[in-house]
Amino acid sequence: MVSSVVKAEEEREGLRGLSNLAFVGVLILVAVAIFGITLWIGQSFAFFAAYVVVQYIVLGTAWNILGGYTGYVNFGIAAFFALGAYSTVVMHKLTPWMPLPVMVLVGGVLAGLVGLGTGYLTLRLRGVFFSIATLALAVVVQTLFTNWDFVGGARGAYVVPPRFAPLIGGPYVEYLFILMLGLCVAALATARAIERSALGYGFAAIRDDEAAAEASGVPTLRLKLIATVLSGAFMGMAGAPLPYYVSYLDPTSGFNLNYAVNAIAMPLIGGTSNWVGPVVGAVLVGGLQQYVSVTISSAVNVLITGLLLVGFVVLAPQGIVGLFQRRRR
Amino acid sequence: MDADAGLLINAVISGLLIGGFYAAVSIGVAISFGMLDIVNIAHPAFILLGSYAAFIGNTVFGIDPILATVITLPAFYVLGMLAYQVYYVAFERRDDQSLRGLSFFFGILFIAEVGLILAFGVDYRSVQAWYTTGNLNLGITELPWRLLVPFLLGLAMVVGLQLFLSRTFIGRAIQAVAQDQQALRLMAANPAKIKRIAFGLSFATAALGGAALIIIQPVEPSIGREYIGRIFAICVLGGLGSFPGMVIAAVTLGIVETITATFFGPSWAPAVSFGVLLITLAVRPSGILGR
Amino acid sequence: MSALLHVEGLGKRFGGFTALQDVGLEVQPGERLGLIGPNGSGKSTLVNCICGTLHNEQGSVRFDGAAMNGMTAHQRTRLGLARSFQLPRPFGSLTLAENLRIPILYAVNARSGHSISAQAILTRCIELLGHVGLADKAHRLPRDLTQIEMRKLELARAMAAEPKLLIADEAMAGLSHAEIDEILALLIRLNGQGVTVIMIEHIMRAVMAFSQRLAVLVAGRKIADGDPKEVVRDPEVVRAYLGE
Repeated sequence: MVSSVVKAEEEREGLRGLSNLAFVGVLILVAVAIFGITLWIGQSFAFFAAYVVVQYIVLGTAWNILGGYTGYVNFGIAAFFALGAYSTVVMHKLTPWMPLPVMVLVGGVLAGLVGLGTGYLTLRLRGVFFSIATLALAVVVQTLFTNWDFVGGARGAYVVPPRFAPLIGGPYVEYLFILMLGLCVAALATARAIERSALGYGFAAIRDDEAAAEASGVPTLRLKLIATVLSGAFMGMAGAPLPYYVSYLDPTSGFNLNYAVNAIAMPLIGGTSNWVGPVVGAVLVGGLQQYVSVTISSAVNVLITGLLLVGFVVLAPQGIVGLFQRRRR
Repeated sequence: MDADAGLLINAVISGLLIGGFYAAVSIGVAISFGMLDIVNIAHPAFILLGSYAAFIGNTVFGIDPILATVITLPAFYVLGMLAYQVYYVAFERRDDQSLRGLSFFFGILFIAEVGLILAFGVDYRSVQAWYTTGNLNLGITELPWRLLVPFLLGLAMVVGLQLFLSRTFIGRAIQAVAQDQQALRLMAANPAKIKRIAFGLSFATAALGGAALIIIQPVEPSIGREYIGRIFAICVLGGLGSFPGMVIAAVTLGIVETITATFFGPSWAPAVSFGVLLITLAVRPSGILGR
Repeated sequence: MSALLHVEGLGKRFGGFTALQDVGLEVQPGERLGLIGPNGSGKSTLVNCICGTLHNEQGSVRFDGAAMNGMTAHQRTRLGLARSFQLPRPFGSLTLAENLRIPILYAVNARSGHSISAQAILTRCIELLGHVGLADKAHRLPRDLTQIEMRKLELARAMAAEPKLLIADEAMAGLSHAEIDEILALLIRLNGQGVTVIMIEHIMRAVMAFSQRLAVLVAGRKIADGDPKEVVRDPEVVRAYLGE
């Protein structure tokens, strides 16, 4: 009796049995393919649009590690994202010779540290207080940067990207796109690895019932801090290339609340229970947004995203992925 | 030295008046979060709706802005009841409040803000009334009517609601729901129905708060975001479930913000409220007078 | 032989309300202790303070020779102190087997220092579910369970942490006669394997059948502690709880 049940479980694992390394390999192949397709389309707009969508995959995945997996809602996405962007501005002025990938890592480390600090102060409280604190954090960080003249204060800073991309040559935006694709591979691989590990089970237990998790031996505070650091770090890394992407960074654009809405809406619409949801959400909603902002207006963009968010949260809480899973059963 | 002292006193007085206004905009959240445990971060959006209602009443129909929002109070009340009904059916009943409930209100916040942008554009709007200019001369000092009227409005709202909660049957039922839902169910009263009324009240206060807001300063759709942190900072600092605590916190924040703006510049003011919030959460999450 | 659990002078207040006052308790290794008392007497609060879910303002808790004050709940679980919740609190998005995986991953693994393989974990989960008769539902979700099955899951999850001391908080409330016997047999078998058990119950026949020693909690104070047959005849206990 026991062995037959065990065998069934084995088979189930077998279907999704790609090891983490193999999964990374698959992702890299997909990323190369996407880059190839974008190159073939030829227009630089394709790169800019694709960059935005891939950026949202990273942001959504990062948010989902703390939000969907662990159940703690972070509203302060802008703080972590902009921290990465502004750290690049600082490094661009102080150490312009530093390669962008290193700047990205630095941005990630800084954002991760801020996540650790915020988490340490507020994760002992109820989840809603953490969420409110993240709202506060975003405004505090924005105010700090608005008043810091070195990075341009309220007027902003110009960050002129190099004319040609290092390593591959050609337009710089292609280089940014490759970087963002690489980040995306890292984020998705991390998310999937978490899902299947003891850490992922710990997160799920915290999400489902934190007191019961604690009573079952789960070090809830430590795990929540890990989730916050990972989540914040990836958000920071997603923001680090931004100054080169836009050539000009000011607080209004860096802390643009669109980043927050999208980072939350896309996973919720796509599905929060695993790594696929944020991808689906980013591609569908991001794609829709690119289309709408070109054809209608960018204000209507946010309206549609907001409506979709509310609609899905009320009517289809498991997201698009959840709708498909239900049908399969 | 004298000039500085004079500035300080002026800042304190202005801060006090602004604090009363902050109480007006925060009392709705003191009800929805403090008593019903619903984190309605979209509250500022409805305050802004109230501001724009006052604006329309004032510019299109020539009515006094406060009167204009009073006329719209029933609509806001009904809207609040509807919002709670949706929240209850979608989240509270399924006991799925934290992640999805918060995201729900977050989405509403954005829909409201963008809706206002599409309807009114991003220009600043303001109202005109006899009290939007001029000062009350008290001899030793002058109080701008522009600040004084919202302060009085805020005070009236707090006192009025406190009386309502303690003297009327429904008010006491709301207090009961806030403290012990289970006991209420056993007494065959329906908690959901009472919460609906309370939430409707919360929205109604937002309307009046909106009138106060547009009297104090010109509004445009995105200023709601500044108020999320302010309002929650005030409610958390004051202690959830305590009106007097909320008022004290509102006045404290108003004074501290005004002093900061006077001596360090207005661009630092947002950091004050949010910094206060973070510190409160870290150090004493139950607030000044919290349970 | 020193006591496995030593509670002394435990006090807990909620605002103006004193939930526990000067509660002392000793449990020997391998013992079966019953804890009874009226609703609201503080039994669950006592459990929460012992296990670390709540923080007691006064008094101390010593478990297995170590002072517990200041230790978080998960640390105490890792040291061998487990509890089941009065109202079952399963992990709703995880299957039954995965529910048991959590304490194995976090309480047992952390203890021994080496990790068990994923295969061995699954086998262990199914085995534990088999002990409570839930092995055939190993891959179902908790929402598919009946009341008694949820109680069994709750106990199985506490047992998965391989505790030295298990506190069963009203695991039998609302169950049928036969179901009560099932849980009773489960707890006795567990005790036979060397687990010390504290049973908190209202169902007197189960308490009497199970307990080697009986303690009574009324209005936050312990008013009796001793041989079950004598305790139930104690006039104060009769007046405060058993009645007639």
